[in-house]
Amino acid sequence: MNSQRSTFLVTCLAFGFAFLYLPILSLIVYSFNASKLVTVWAGFSTKWYGALLHNEQILQAAWLSVRIAVVNASFAVCLGTLAGFVLARMGRFRGRTLLSGMTTAPLVMPDVITGLSLLLLFVAMGDMIGWPQGRGVTTITIAHITFSMAYVAVIIQSRLSNMDESIEEAALDLGARPAKVFFVITLPIISPALISGWLLAFTMSLDDLVIASFVSGPGSSTLPMVIFSKVRLGVSPEINALATIIVLLVAVGIIASSIILNQVEKRRKRDMHMAMNANG
Amino acid sequence: MKSHGTAAPGQVNRGNWLAALAKRLGLSGRGAVIAIPYIWLLLFFAVPFAFVLKISFSEALIARPPYAPLLQWGEEAYLTIQMNFGNFLFLLEDDLYWIAYLNSSKIALISTLFCLLLGYPMAYGMARARPSTRNLLLMLVILPFWTSFLLRVYAWIGILKNNGPINNLLIALGVIDEPLVMMQTDFAVYIGIVYSYLPFMILPLYANLERLDMTLLEAAADLGCRPFKAFLSITLPLSLPGIVAGSMLVFIPAVGEFIIPALLGGPDTLMIGRVLWDEFFANRDWPVASAVAIAVLILLVVPIMIFQRFQARESGAAS
Repeated sequence: MNSQRSTFLVTCLAFGFAFLYLPILSLIVYSFNASKLVTVWAGFSTKWYGALLHNEQILQAAWLSVRIAVVNASFAVCLGTLAGFVLARMGRFRGRTLLSGMTTAPLVMPDVITGLSLLLLFVAMGDMIGWPQGRGVTTITIAHITFSMAYVAVIIQSRLSNMDESIEEAALDLGARPAKVFFVITLPIISPALISGWLLAFTMSLDDLVIASFVSGPGSSTLPMVIFSKVRLGVSPEINALATIIVLLVAVGIIASSIILNQVEKRRKRDMHMAMNANG
Repeated sequence: MKSHGTAAPGQVNRGNWLAALAKRLGLSGRGAVIAIPYIWLLLFFAVPFAFVLKISFSEALIARPPYAPLLQWGEEAYLTIQMNFGNFLFLLEDDLYWIAYLNSSKIALISTLFCLLLGYPMAYGMARARPSTRNLLLMLVILPFWTSFLLRVYAWIGILKNNGPINNLLIALGVIDEPLVMMQTDFAVYIGIVYSYLPFMILPLYANLERLDMTLLEAAADLGCRPFKAFLSITLPLSLPGIVAGSMLVFIPAVGEFIIPALLGGPDTLMIGRVLWDEFFANRDWPVASAVAIAVLILLVVPIMIFQRFQARESGAAS
């Protein structure tokens, strides 16, 4: 019975992972296809990578997207950490339910609604206070910060909830001011969560098509917007090459950061252990 | 200002003065820390919905911005409110919106079910794997989530095409003579949604199943309970929170999905997110687009509340 069950589970896992990875694999394979007709194999070639490097439109859009993503991730980590800290450590206060609702709703809110609502806000603000003037990089960045800070807040909140509060309490008992405790004790301990929050916010911004389309203006086409306008017309070998580059960068980034974070975590645990033993 | 004990007296005074001012304005350090994220989210997440609601009641104009003001100074200088339910009546009368509304709910519901059917055994298998394998499998589930959503949906265009690998393989094997038309059908949309949202189903389920107390199952087995019955009466009920969370994470965004029906669906695959997009970008009818958004929100308000209740309980339980 038991072996039957585990065969079933292994089959499910194998099928599921094949389902998750074969499409990505197909993009990588096709990106090396010499033929422009994506489905006919005409030999190995890297010419689409060359074509990609000479495509000004894609390169400009990619550079714009990366700049937006970096600014977005940095702001989102600051605001999201504050929100997560408030929810995990500040106990009860008036309006806590609303704050917790506003940090979880963006996780599931359909993009078209978030995009439309932010656009209407920006238009109304432009009328009332004259800012933002028109739409473009600033409005895209604000929109991205809003939804990615929610992701950061959830990560930080769950990290803080699982964290031992006694070190913070000890520092407070010894007379450290709350701000000092936060910067000297809390932040270093949750730094792995801060890094993964930053990376998550970065990729979410780099990936967003719908919200950016609503709040962008003329001349501020992000990478997903350019990709979307190309793939709407069908398969494009240059986009396959671009996808391969992105997948490789992400894979390398994720694997490297998980190894580093693992080591940091191990060292921290060892230090904690030694500190505890020294005291005991 | 304990930490500045050695500072000059003037500085201490200035610190006190600032603190006094802050106190007078009702701003404590604690208040400021709460206020910063609060104000940001209020302004850029909550308040915009008020504008959607407002504009859904206004009339379309060919102007910039393309809607009529709701509040207007009347002829005799008093404020009149022009409420216009026309947009909502328009939605109710036109079949297109009903079909899109029902079709989105149907597609999202069925996709959620398939995600659950595929995701549950996967999450269960991961939770039962050896700890070292477990981390690797977890990373494999998370990895696609980090690569571009748009590009992963795009990958299916190449696979499902009439002369794509699936059709070529089936024809080569002699299973079919004519290529199956899979692109631009509802089938392609189902594939796209299940594929894109599967990690969102697996992760909460895995988090839940990993914490499952194995001794309960051992006790059941000792008492002569068959494994399948033990699964139905112990594992399944205990994993209900994970099922609910995963289902909400799939269902809610899937209802408003735009990219998947736009790239994989046909012209007759009506989904409400796509209708909203077209009203806004193609027809430039902002008021009707806003009315559609309000209609979607009404549909989603209960699922969103269920999801939030779950999230709040999860973060409360962990602490």
